[in-house]
Amino acid sequence: MPPANPQANVRVVTLTIDGQDLSARADETIIEVCRENQIPIPSLCYLDGLSIWGACRLCLVELEGQNRLFAACSTRVAEGMRITTQTERLRRYRRTIVELLFAERSHICSVCVSNNHCELQTLAQKCGVDHVRIPYRQARYQMDSSHELFRLDHNRCILCTRCVRVCDEIEGAHTWDVMGRGSDCQVITDLAQPWGESETCTGCGKCVQVCPTGALVKQGTSAGEMVKDKHFLPILARRRHAP
Amino acid sequence: MNDTHLSHDPLTPLPNPPPPGGREPDTAGATRIRVATAWLDGCSGCHMSFLDMDERLVDLAQQLDIVYSPLVDAKVLPDQVDVGILEGAISSEDDLRHAQEFRKHCKLLISLGDCAVNGNVPAMRNPFKLEAVLDHAFRETATTQPQIPTVGVPPLFRQVRPVHACVAVDVFVPGCPPPADAIFYVLTELIEGRTPDPSKVTRFGA
Repeated sequence: MPPANPQANVRVVTLTIDGQDLSARADETIIEVCRENQIPIPSLCYLDGLSIWGACRLCLVELEGQNRLFAACSTRVAEGMRITTQTERLRRYRRTIVELLFAERSHICSVCVSNNHCELQTLAQKCGVDHVRIPYRQARYQMDSSHELFRLDHNRCILCTRCVRVCDEIEGAHTWDVMGRGSDCQVITDLAQPWGESETCTGCGKCVQVCPTGALVKQGTSAGEMVKDKHFLPILARRRHAP
Repeated sequence: MNDTHLSHDPLTPLPNPPPPGGREPDTAGATRIRVATAWLDGCSGCHMSFLDMDERLVDLAQQLDIVYSPLVDAKVLPDQVDVGILEGAISSEDDLRHAQEFRKHCKLLISLGDCAVNGNVPAMRNPFKLEAVLDHAFRETATTQPQIPTVGVPPLFRQVRPVHACVAVDVFVPGCPPPADAIFYVLTELIEGRTPDPSKVTRFGA
């Protein structure tokens, strides 16, 4: 559901969110209206500017008169809609979803390059996840450091596919895609080749910037990685002073 | 190394711990809260963060007694403790026995720091075989007398677990280490008989 161009003839609907009377354009989604009105809704796969994926289920909300829950990112507003974003049930589900993400792969914040810059870490705190009640899977995933500029650590990946979408929809390269199912599901570059050997990657780094965790990072950002190269100095100095 | 050491299957979740509660009314008034702390598989950084409360420790000392801790001389855990604080993950027989003793004797048990709360750095060995980890640490990288220590050291478990995977925990204070302010907040809330919400002041990796 890519955001349509604002048109003058789009209908305006009225709805309530958490008891607050609001009006919105009929082509907006619930999460867009919430963001416009500073109503906090947790989300991970949703990112303004990218197509809707609806995978993380963190933005689930309750609609009056409906038994099932709706993802706020993939549900359009409608006239008279009565939406609740914070209930005990939603909080319980969101907390469990975040716990499942932590248990699935290895998210050790204290040694992660994205510590304090991570959306998963922030969400855990916001959702009150002070421990994970389910057992950790303790699986070991690979890293791909073959790219000159960037690095991929599958251990930190939550499969939000922001990288896949930004590469396809914005950069137009479609280097990224998803392969495998269940716990084998991974993001891949080209046909599951090392990133550094990708012929389609433009090296733009958009995937790194939209990644919510430490799965995609710039090379040289982890502790002890800062390698300095002063070789240029004697060479340049010699040439400059050459007769 | 055999697996009979594992008294609890690491893949079986324990029931949710009981909700945290403040100290009981009979300990109010002149009686000071009895606090015990222990250092399991961690780096002692959480205890250092405890000391980082600085001059606030002086005030706290009026309201609580540290009855057992690496920070004091007592060698035996008393029978009745109000608040137990555990730093570090459960990596060995020794850690497990310590945690079980704490659970038995403490009215309220706190997991302090990421190692206790989620395994953190000690648990990074879990995807590897224990033999391979010991080999790497004591043989492959040893420069003199490569050997795996067996005398006077507790047997290691194959899997490192957070404290709540072995015994019920009442309050979780994540952080590596949790900031001194967070520890102070949790202790003062407990002293006041309230239930602390550590997510307000700390988080994983904080």
